Amino acid sequence: MKRLHWVDYGLVIGFLALAGALTAASPVFLTWSNLMNVARQVSINGLLAAGETFVVLSAGIDISVGSTMALAGAVVAGVGLAHGFALGGLAALLVGTAVGLANGLFVVRFRVPAFIATLAMLGIARGATLIYTQGRPISGLPESFLFIGNGWLGPVPFPVVLMLATYAAAHVTLRYTAFGRYVYAVGGNARAARYAGIHTEKVLYAVYAIAGFLAAVGGIVLTSRLASADPQAGVGIELDAIAAVVLGGASLFGGEGSVLRTLLGALILGVLNNGMNLLNVSPFYQEVIKGAVILFAVVVGNWRPRSQGQFKTGG
Amino acid sequence: MSLLQVTDVHKRFPGVHALKGVSFAMEAGEIHALMGENGAGKSTLLRILSGAEPPDAGEIRLDGRPVHFTHPRQAHEAGVRVIYQEFSLIPGLSVAENIVLADLPRRGWWVDGRRVRSLARAALERLGVDLPLDTPAGQLGVAQQQLVEIAKALHGEARLLIMDEPTASLTAQEIRNLFQVVRQLAAHGVGVIFVSHRLEEVMELADRVTVLRDGETVGTLRVKEASPEEVVRRMVGRAIGEFYPQRRARIGRTVLRVEGFGAPPVVTGLTFELREGEVLGLAGLVGAGRTETAEALFGLRPHAGAVWMRDIAREEWRRIPLRSPRDAIQAGIGYLPEDRKQSGLVLRLAVRDNMTHPTLERYLAAGFVRRGKEAAAVRERARALAVRTPSIDAVVENLSGGNQQKVVLGKWLEISPRVLILDEPTRGVDVGAKVEIYRLIQEMTEQGTAVILISSDIPELLALSDRLLVLRRGRLVAEIGREEATHERVLALCSQGVGA
Repeated sequence: MKRLHWVDYGLVIGFLALAGALTAASPVFLTWSNLMNVARQVSINGLLAAGETFVVLSAGIDISVGSTMALAGAVVAGVGLAHGFALGGLAALLVGTAVGLANGLFVVRFRVPAFIATLAMLGIARGATLIYTQGRPISGLPESFLFIGNGWLGPVPFPVVLMLATYAAAHVTLRYTAFGRYVYAVGGNARAARYAGIHTEKVLYAVYAIAGFLAAVGGIVLTSRLASADPQAGVGIELDAIAAVVLGGASLFGGEGSVLRTLLGALILGVLNNGMNLLNVSPFYQEVIKGAVILFAVVVGNWRPRSQGQFKTGG
Repeated sequence: MSLLQVTDVHKRFPGVHALKGVSFAMEAGEIHALMGENGAGKSTLLRILSGAEPPDAGEIRLDGRPVHFTHPRQAHEAGVRVIYQEFSLIPGLSVAENIVLADLPRRGWWVDGRRVRSLARAALERLGVDLPLDTPAGQLGVAQQQLVEIAKALHGEARLLIMDEPTASLTAQEIRNLFQVVRQLAAHGVGVIFVSHRLEEVMELADRVTVLRDGETVGTLRVKEASPEEVVRRMVGRAIGEFYPQRRARIGRTVLRVEGFGAPPVVTGLTFELREGEVLGLAGLVGAGRTETAEALFGLRPHAGAVWMRDIAREEWRRIPLRSPRDAIQAGIGYLPEDRKQSGLVLRLAVRDNMTHPTLERYLAAGFVRRGKEAAAVRERARALAVRTPSIDAVVENLSGGNQQKVVLGKWLEISPRVLILDEPTRGVDVGAKVEIYRLIQEMTEQGTAVILISSDIPELLALSDRLLVLRRGRLVAEIGREEATHERVLALCSQGVGA
């Protein structure tokens, strides 16, 4: 856990190789404006993937984050227009966290498998969004609110700053707080964690709450970016978030992975998208290539140096 | 001509010379034990014999003919069968289907159910056992599943049966039954390689024993002519002066009082006391409720009755809540569970993480773990326990069983326990590590920790306990002092009136 894992080298090398190839293939790629463009495109998925990492590390999965994002995006617009955007933002974050806690409730209390619980929530939250917006986009948002999705802090787009700050906080939390260590423990072996006196239920509630909260942050950014809350926003985006986590080498069985690797995973996906657009690859082929890259990365990631598996031939 | 002749087999893995010259031979119809400490090379040797791994050098002859297995299927076809500790039964398929799974009889596209049952019945009859053919294998108990494994292994032409720690999770009676089956197989000419940590079993069952140490064969002994001490000496390469330490406990004041305690519906009406520095043994058969009692005392399952502990500061008795392990830990109770891998450790995490899970909050400053302070504490503890690990950041999965168990012990010593419950603390650890664990138990009681010890190894229980409680079917049936406790007496008390 402490030393640089060899997975890290693979990810960094893969990322640099991809970036190198695109630099060679397109004169536009390695320009500040294009790179910032990529980063901004990545930011929303990046926020979702950060939350997803917590859940996956705990040996769970959350496929409701796309719907939660849309719901929070609608709430910030609706409440914001009526009561001001400070209150709107707060309401959206609360709603996202509440959705996450509800996921936690069903996973922890009623022992519903995480996939099923969050699959149900994917439907419920999407339905709630449609009910709340009556199926129509909410637009006419004030200029001040649009800063979140479109503004710049110096040379860097605001959503990118937000994403990087989130990753820094997530990394510090997972690495240096007791809660973070407990997430790894619960994901690695929930039973042993409980036997060690760790409050496993609290940990699980917290990871789903974090995923919901960050999905809401993503929803606020998205609504601001588009200057409109679309009830159909982010359909299927949970799969991109999971792809980033998996590309980052986290184990879906829990207990293994890191949020910084997830960030690399999200960046690789973003750069790949951008590169294919720059090279005018047909959108149909783009999907195929993305799928192939994920498969390739996971196959390579599963490969272990031979000695690791063989070393424990005790007895 | 020997059934199996292994000559100077070598195997290297990156960084480890796992086998450096292993030679032994065995005859058809022989029960041949393989012993050695963890890391001696037993697993590697089994993998080579079963075709999972080719040797780098050396020769293996079966019935005098050299064989070169490169795939388990080749070994299988040559009549070599292996039963690993982890069973390979498919829980949802019936006993009969599991037995003949390797070549399921078919009629066209369909499974020939009648032939499945008749072949399976024949296989079970050869073993001399009776099992329900149509029951899903997952619904059988461990001992019965093991018999299914044996029947499955013997299906077809089996010449050599290799059993890796077959008795690890069986009761005494089940072990007797298993031995009978194994003897019958040998009488029919099957060669049996029996891998075990338990010396008494080897001495009872095997004809000869080959001892491995550090990847080499130290020798093959005829069991009839060898003493247990000699086998142990060869395994560890030195004489183990005193296998069990001399109990020299200074038993102090009462720390724990348990009244009308129970783990409903398994255990009821337990009343006992526990004193500082005392080792209280819990004896009983599997199913007597020992582990349930331990789990209830640790807050892992609901309990009846009351548990009182002496409050050190205020010198008064305090009733402690036990709603969760947290409550128990708060009160100073630790629990080393019987299943180290499932419940004792997070295998994929480091020694450091595992050791500080219950005490992590101690190292927090402004919400953050002070890793330096934590590392110092863990290093100190690992040194005191002589945990053999490359570093405290090594993943515990890669440690040997004995060292893993020391990590679990270390985790509980970190809470400075007043009462430590040890549930089968030496299961699956090698002789050397056993001796070290005995020493650690001795040391912690010298410092005043009270220990509740559960062990199915009766000699161990007798040697370590100051007092014994005997449980039978969830009830306390006897309390006996160290002097009056003999093997026969304890066994009799455990099993009286229990239809075995």
